[in-house]
Amino acid sequence: MTDAESTPPPAPAAPYTRPLPAPSAVSQPFWDAAQGHRLVIQRSKKTGKYVFYPRLVSPFGTDDELEWTEVSGRGTVYSYTVARRPTAPQWAAEGPYVIAIVELGEGPHMTANIIGCDPDSVRCGMTVEAAFVDVTPEVTLVQFRPTGEGSPAG
Amino acid sequence: MTLRGKAAIVGVGEFKPSRYTEGATTLGMLAQVAGDAIADAGLEMGDVDGIVVESFAEAPFMAPATIVEYLGLDAKFSEVVDLGGATGAGMVVRAAAAIAAGLCETVVCTTATRRERRTTEGPKRTANSGFSGRLVDRTPAAEFDTPYGAIGANYGYAMIANRYRYEYGVTPEQLARIAVAQRYNACHNPQALFFGQPITVEDVLNSPVVVDPLHMLEIVMPVAGAAAVVVTSARKAKRMKQPAAYVLGAGEHTTHKSVTFAPSLTNTAIKASADAAFKMAGVRRKDLDVASIYDCYTITVLLSLEDAGFAKKGQGGRFVDEHNLQFDGDFPLNPHGGQLSFGQAGTAGGMSHVTEAARQVMGRAHGRQVKKCQLAFVNGNGGIMSDQVSLILGRER
Repeated sequence: MTDAESTPPPAPAAPYTRPLPAPSAVSQPFWDAAQGHRLVIQRSKKTGKYVFYPRLVSPFGTDDELEWTEVSGRGTVYSYTVARRPTAPQWAAEGPYVIAIVELGEGPHMTANIIGCDPDSVRCGMTVEAAFVDVTPEVTLVQFRPTGEGSPAG
Repeated sequence: MTLRGKAAIVGVGEFKPSRYTEGATTLGMLAQVAGDAIADAGLEMGDVDGIVVESFAEAPFMAPATIVEYLGLDAKFSEVVDLGGATGAGMVVRAAAAIAAGLCETVVCTTATRRERRTTEGPKRTANSGFSGRLVDRTPAAEFDTPYGAIGANYGYAMIANRYRYEYGVTPEQLARIAVAQRYNACHNPQALFFGQPITVEDVLNSPVVVDPLHMLEIVMPVAGAAAVVVTSARKAKRMKQPAAYVLGAGEHTTHKSVTFAPSLTNTAIKASADAAFKMAGVRRKDLDVASIYDCYTITVLLSLEDAGFAKKGQGGRFVDEHNLQFDGDFPLNPHGGQLSFGQAGTAGGMSHVTEAARQVMGRAHGRQVKKCQLAFVNGNGGIMSDQVSLILGRER
């Protein structure tokens, strides 16, 4: 049945009710890049080391400066948990979901959800890549999904 | 300069933890339990010249002055401590330091957590409301953790447990045994929330998994309560009739706030805080008679046993198998039941590790007294293995 008239109109997207980031002047470049589906973090001019989250002051020295740089978005699961019960009321309607710390290839750790896979398949050391999820017209969250062959696309 | 032997805990006050405190005010609870501790020390309000308190909702600023006024004190030292679950132990360190520096002589350290039954009216706890729902979080964690549901503490400790299992290995049964031993202890402490309710390893493993791999009975239940101690100079403590718990060692270490940015999930800041405390005290691990270790989760205890130097790194599970952690066993741990079974009343739950260690070395832990208890190790843990405070308390200076 392909009669367009008999197909019900798509349900309006439910309003996004989960907590959203409130970017600061310092962190805005991160969120702007995420909207363009790019992952940018800061790097030390002095040492070349990467740091996350965005900050005004370098943790690598008082004479150091930080500069924005695009990174690969590839990393590994440093650790994770499958939340069998919601960690906050806004997640109550969702089944088990994965909260993880991802170690980027460049070194820094980020917290995100591992999406696009069976929650019970996630393991420490699993390789993942950034997945950009546009949750509102203004905000894109940086999530991660497995890179392994055979992993369903997120 | 060292804090060793400069000050002692000479009085304790503590409410039995309860699910709710209908109609109570935090200020009233803080004052009442402080008064109990002062009376327990055989002192009067006029003997107290220092106050250490946490900030609380009813006094979002100038918390010490609020208590001083309420109790009619005349304080030469007023301090707020904000170290999460390590606040209680951190209060003792600051009180002892102020006394050792000659700023004051007798300090009351007081903590309380109120808990109202949830109603349909009034403010609700939201994702950004932070520890005990008191404050709105505007830290980087709120921007980079909260949107992913990384909220509260359960998820963080679950990630610690999974990383530990990946690097070193521990069985669910080994973790469960920690909770079971503490429940045994609580069944010998009528003040414990879970007095009279023994559990088995099977009970723990059959309880629902909340966040993999942690079961319901491996996770503290938030309750209400209050706890306070009086710290005074060693000079004054020696002249008092009742036994004292001298502060022999103290150490602190903080490396992160959000667990995302912890330098390691499995090698914690407890190593540095405990090493500092043992060095100051000049005692060996094997000299200790009781360990009073912050236990928001079973995995917290396992990591603390290793990083405080009681078990070898990666051998925590084996340590639990080879030792009896009951108050009457060969490695008495949290004789009051720990927060898992005594009750986790916010910062007062953290303080319960101090009050219990003090009672044990004073010889006042009726029904659960560790035999010949001379030396106690205390560890306070704030946030998700964030702020660490270690203490060594001794019956003798």
